[in-house]
Amino acid sequence: MAKIIGGITTSHIPAIGNAMASKLENDPYWKRFFDGYEPVKAWLEEVKPDVAIIVYNDHGLNFFLNTVPTFALGCADEYHNDDEGWGIPTTASFKGDAQFSWHLAESLINQNFDLTTCQEMKVDHGCVVPMSLMWRHLPEWPCKLIPLAVNTVQHPLPSAQRCYDLGKALRKAIESYPEDTKVVIFGTGGLSHQLQGERAGIIDVEFDMECMEYIVNDPDKMTAFSNTEIMEKAGTEGIEVIMWMVMRGALAPNVNVLHKHYHAPISNTGAGVLLLTDAKD
Amino acid sequence: MVWQKHDYEDIPGTYVFNGERSHSGYNLNKMAFSFNHEANRKEFAADMDAYCRKYNLSDEQREAVLAGDFLKLLHLGGNVYYLAKIAIFHGLTVQDAGASFQGITTAEFKKKLEDNAEGFQEALKKRGGFWHG
Repeated sequence: MAKIIGGITTSHIPAIGNAMASKLENDPYWKRFFDGYEPVKAWLEEVKPDVAIIVYNDHGLNFFLNTVPTFALGCADEYHNDDEGWGIPTTASFKGDAQFSWHLAESLINQNFDLTTCQEMKVDHGCVVPMSLMWRHLPEWPCKLIPLAVNTVQHPLPSAQRCYDLGKALRKAIESYPEDTKVVIFGTGGLSHQLQGERAGIIDVEFDMECMEYIVNDPDKMTAFSNTEIMEKAGTEGIEVIMWMVMRGALAPNVNVLHKHYHAPISNTGAGVLLLTDAKD
Repeated sequence: MVWQKHDYEDIPGTYVFNGERSHSGYNLNKMAFSFNHEANRKEFAADMDAYCRKYNLSDEQREAVLAGDFLKLLHLGGNVYYLAKIAIFHGLTVQDAGASFQGITTAEFKKKLEDNAEGFQEALKKRGGFWHG
C-alpha cells in the first residue's frame, strides 16, 4: 500500500533557484535561509521517499492564460523543466510514475475533485526549486515526481478550504494504491509577499508565523480565511499559502513537527519551512 | 454586460489578476509568454515596436512596453509573472519592477523589505519551536 511518510513546506521563488545555480549558499544573505533546509535534507536521506508529490503553481511555462486549470495533475512518465524567458538555469528532467498518477486522478475524480490530467507537463521553478532545494547535492533525482499544479495566478482561485479538502481526498487516493510506495508531499510557495503594485514589498512576519501555527495545530483556522483576507495580510502572491493546505489535508489530523524554520526577507518573500509527519493519535 | 466587482478591489496599491484584467491584458501577456523561446526574444529585441504590433497590443500597451512602464502595464492587464518576462529586456528584475511600481529605487525597495522583516528572529524566539540555525 502506498503511504504518506511526511509533508514539507517551502518557498519556491526563482531567486532561490538563481542562488543555488550561483552557489551562494554560504553567502551572508543566504546562509541562514539555506541552513534551515539541512535537517529536512537529512530526514529525506533517512526515509528515502519513492515519490514526491509537489503542489505548486505554474507561472507561465506550461499553462498560458488561454487555459487555466484550477487543479492539474501530471500523469506522465517524465517531466521536463524549460526556458522561462528570464534566465533561470534549466534543471535535469524528472522521472514520473504514470500508473500512480492515473490512479490518483481516478480516485480524486471519483471523490468529486474534477481535475485536469496532463500527459505532457513542463514543470517550472515552482516545482523545480523545491526539488533542487532538497536534492541538488545528488548526481540524480533520488525519487519520482508527481506534479500537482494549483491555479494561484488568475482569480478566481480555489479557497484554502477547497485546497485542504483536496489534500484529504489525496490522502485517500494515495492510501488506496496497492503498490508499496513511500510518498512525501510538498506544499510550496508563500509565505507573505507581494510582487505587484504600489503595495509591492510587504512582508508580515506575524501573519506568517500565525499561518505556520494554524497549519500545524489548527488548520480549520486557516480554512476560515477567505482568499481576500489572505491577500490583505500576506499579499497577492502570499496567497500561495493555500497550496500548503493541500499538503496539510493529506496528513493526519494531528501532526508531529520535526522541523520548523523561518527566514525573511528572501528576495521579496517571507520563507517558511515545515517538516511534518502523522502523529500517532 | 458588466464586470462583477470584488471585495479585494479595496486593497490599496494592488491589482488582483482576475478575469477582467486577464481579458484586457490577454495580447500583452501572450506576447510575454512567447519570450519563453529564445528566437522570439531575439526577434523582439531586434524590433520591439514591430513585435508588439504583431501581437496586436493596444497603442497604450505598446508604448508602455517600449518605455518599460510597469505600473502602467499592470493597469493595462499585465500579469506580474508575465511582466517579469518583459522586464528582463529593460535589464530589470522583479525587485527593480517592485521599486518602479512605487517610484523608489531598488535599494530603497530592498530596505523596505528588510524593514518589514526587522526583528523577525526575536519574534520567532518569542513564539518558540523554530530552528534558529
